[in-house]
Amino acid sequence: MATPFRKILKTKDFVVTAEAAPVKGSNVSKAIEHIELLKDKVDGLNVTDNQSSVMRYPSLGVCLLVKEHGGEPVLQVTCRDRNRLAIQADLLFAYSRGVDNVLCLTGDSIDVGDHKEAKQVFDLDSVQLIHLIHTLNSGQDMAGNELDGNIDFCIGTTATPSADPLEPQLIKVEKKLAAGVEFIQTQAVYELDELKRFVEFVRKMDDKVKILGGIVPVIGAKMAAYMNDNVPGVFIPQHLIDELAQTPKGTGVAKGIEIAARMIRQMREEKICDGVHIMFIGREEKVPDILEAAGLL
Amino acid sequence: MIIAERKPMDEIKRMLAPYKKVLVAGCGTCVTVCWAGGEKEVAILASQLRLARSAEHNEISIFEASVERQCEREMVAEIKDKVTEVEAVISLACGAGVQTMSEMFEDKPVFPGVNTTFIGMPEKEGLWVEMCGACGDCFLDRTGGICPIVRCAKGLLNGPCGGTRKGGKCEIDPDKDCAWVLIYRRLEKQGRLDLMRNYYAPKNYRAVKRPGRIQAAKA
Repeated sequence: MATPFRKILKTKDFVVTAEAAPVKGSNVSKAIEHIELLKDKVDGLNVTDNQSSVMRYPSLGVCLLVKEHGGEPVLQVTCRDRNRLAIQADLLFAYSRGVDNVLCLTGDSIDVGDHKEAKQVFDLDSVQLIHLIHTLNSGQDMAGNELDGNIDFCIGTTATPSADPLEPQLIKVEKKLAAGVEFIQTQAVYELDELKRFVEFVRKMDDKVKILGGIVPVIGAKMAAYMNDNVPGVFIPQHLIDELAQTPKGTGVAKGIEIAARMIRQMREEKICDGVHIMFIGREEKVPDILEAAGLL
Repeated sequence: MIIAERKPMDEIKRMLAPYKKVLVAGCGTCVTVCWAGGEKEVAILASQLRLARSAEHNEISIFEASVERQCEREMVAEIKDKVTEVEAVISLACGAGVQTMSEMFEDKPVFPGVNTTFIGMPEKEGLWVEMCGACGDCFLDRTGGICPIVRCAKGLLNGPCGGTRKGGKCEIDPDKDCAWVLIYRRLEKQGRLDLMRNYYAPKNYRAVKRPGRIQAAKA
């Protein structure tokens, strides 16, 4: 059985999680393949919730698969698609089935996804969601009703250390820390100095919270430019785009893996943060290559 | 004020296709100021309809009329005679105006000629921006007078999302400002950033029970 994520956070020097993106459709064989491949190589599998506002198999569904296959799931919950009733109901279901790690996110806008005419919800925001989960942990729902049965979620959230301007983001991080989180998973970082400054900022407020640097390997200059324009919260610096542009054709994936592993090594060796969260979207099977190149296998 | 936009001509033509005598009814208040449904726009639509139907060899008689406020029964009553003469009305007022007219002339089809879009203000000539979501529980005292309910694309109450673009622009549109960056700058200027550090609990989204109804207090 997998080690509970909270215990990992408390005991492990360098925590490694990877993203598991749910499938588009009812055929979950690909998701299971990724779970089987990664479950023993990482400390947690973090399952996205209609990532980029694209409708998919639910986060909770894949989390249950992770559990069934002996991995440790982290349930992503965004505020975009569900109101406070639906979020609480889903969380009760999750906890009752042993899915007890939650990552609280705002959620991308409907406009970036594949159902652009849908009504977006945002009944809660991510700070309110963190408070809500503490309320559930205390045995009550948001309306103050007593809940039957114990609940004790391990709560995490996200942050964007590369935001410009950064100050409004940091105020939000302060509010998330004040609400109480056990881990922060950052948006993809490409400038380690930015991550260092972010960690220093957090440490002034909270010396216990674990910070996992976000890693999204970039496999080509074109992809980098596309991400800068289209992926909310991602900022890839020009020197990396130049490095990728000089890569010979057909070696982009290897280069992306090399850069990611280089960053992870530096994060670990210089103790910049407490771990990493690897998001190799659509190429989950390559995550072990990154781990190996980073000396984590 | 209420901002509206003229509906596409094809949609208006489709609504009016069965009719030969139609009244184009304008409103002299909000939709006049936002160039969607005042006297001038009534005249333009009337001409366009005449030309379009003439080109299709399907002549139409168009009458034109405007009232100061289509959302008030007494003012709509002023054009009763004209409404009586036609088979249908196309109203260029906001949704409240269309419904007032439709309620007053129950035997007559009244069609919307504009899409009512938001409560806002002119930012510059010909450009209107949304300012208020009529949520019934005003939050502006906490945000330096900038509404995050409608000016943040996600209506967030505790600060920006992680998708803010470089320079403080919105995740969904580089031409729009991130409301929370604007709020930050405004509160910083006023020395009131503590307001942004406060935690705001989930909003009461039922402050106005739909359909809204307010009874004035007795004097």
